[in-house]
Amino acid sequence: MKAFFARYGSQIAELTVEHIWLTGWAILIATLISIPLGILLTRNKRLAKPVLAVVNTLQTIPSLAMLGFLLPLPLLGGKAARIAITALVAYALLPIVRNTYAGIRGVDPTIIEVAKALGMTSMQRLTRVELPLAAGVILAGLRTATVTCVGIATIAAAVGAGGLGELIFRGVASLDNRLVLAGAIPAALLALGADALLGIVEKKLRVPGRSPA
Amino acid sequence: MLGSTIEFREISYRLPGGRLLLDRVSLKLEADTTTALLGRSGSGKTTLLRMVNRMAEPTGGEILLEGRRLRNQDPVTVRRAIGYVIQETGLFPHLTVERNVSLVPELKGESPVSVDGRVANLLQLVGLDPAQFRKRMPHELSGGQRQRVGLARALAADQKILLMDEPFGALDPLTRAEMQDVLLRLLEKMPKTVLLVTHDLDEALYLASHIVLMADGQIIANLPASEFMTSDLPPVQEYVRAVHRGEAEKADAPTVFPAYQAPEYRA
Repeated sequence: MKAFFARYGSQIAELTVEHIWLTGWAILIATLISIPLGILLTRNKRLAKPVLAVVNTLQTIPSLAMLGFLLPLPLLGGKAARIAITALVAYALLPIVRNTYAGIRGVDPTIIEVAKALGMTSMQRLTRVELPLAAGVILAGLRTATVTCVGIATIAAAVGAGGLGELIFRGVASLDNRLVLAGAIPAALLALGADALLGIVEKKLRVPGRSPA
Repeated sequence: MLGSTIEFREISYRLPGGRLLLDRVSLKLEADTTTALLGRSGSGKTTLLRMVNRMAEPTGGEILLEGRRLRNQDPVTVRRAIGYVIQETGLFPHLTVERNVSLVPELKGESPVSVDGRVANLLQLVGLDPAQFRKRMPHELSGGQRQRVGLARALAADQKILLMDEPFGALDPLTRAEMQDVLLRLLEKMPKTVLLVTHDLDEALYLASHIVLMADGQIIANLPASEFMTSDLPPVQEYVRAVHRGEAEKADAPTVFPAYQAPEYRA
């Protein structure tokens, strides 16, 4: 065991950082797309159905197939990390868009009405009322997206993007269970850790007296 | 500070479906008076009230605030100048009592520090100890306390007009009576032009200087409150009778409800 860690310890650490890096970028990009998109859908309800349908479809594509589709795209230039992050973004969209949309639409219409009647502009209603009241729900979407991405990022090794999946793939190829676990256990811990951490933030953001959506 | 006059000129409101909800309603509210709109649900009272802060737009006619056409005024500016209290209170659940009350002045660009003293003063006026309540969240308040905060919020920007839509309708009778007194006290200190929608005749008589009775989108009576009960207008008498029927029945129980006599059974 000691020898194993002596040999793979630094690699595990490196790949964990890489894993976090891939997931982090993906979540950041997905958030920057999804929250404005979710807000837009609440303003333009006719768009909501088709857009959510598209995002939903993305979610149902098997992850290996998704990477396969992205490989030949010239835009991504065959760069492994870009391909992996693009795939992760595609998976992270749905939970965040859906929760942003549902979170804002779930705000009590009376409150929105009062905000308007007190003289808030449309933008003030969004930033001072709707987003704060939907924050807990939006964060719950972010949490789901993060956990999903941590899991799917292990597949990214299939296109050479690195991450903890690399250890798993190598372990499977060389029938070395220790190597598989060396990738799987940190990946699982990352997912659990992210879930717990975002869970705490979510609880803080939830508005008391408002039932969680 | 003087209140504002509100004048409705031949106001109509047609629902998108085609039904006429308000039919050429004309009404003038003098400055610093309290006018109660009475009438059944669906008589158009709330719609008429919501037109004053441009939450609803008339499909015909003109509204004048202090003689100026409402139509030409920016809705956001108009709304910030008008206090608005509704039955559900509509306090923002994520803001403290203090932030709820100071919201409109803040929207108008006043600094929180300058509003601070006023918030304390207003809370005091509506009967809430500022030290105890200013940092509380709405869910930590009782229904009556919430309505007090709602009232304080509606007055925080020195609004000259106060729109109240069934403001105390959800409160128990005792709290309701208390709130009515709070409102009267406030209006003595800072006169406003108040438009009050209510289902409660007693409330209208207690609070209002004028009572306007509506039915089917039209005004069927517009009287000083002091003359309402003694009016010989048939619709008013009918309304008062209908409202007070319950009490009349109680008082006259023996004659209205003759003692029950079991029918005789014949074998």
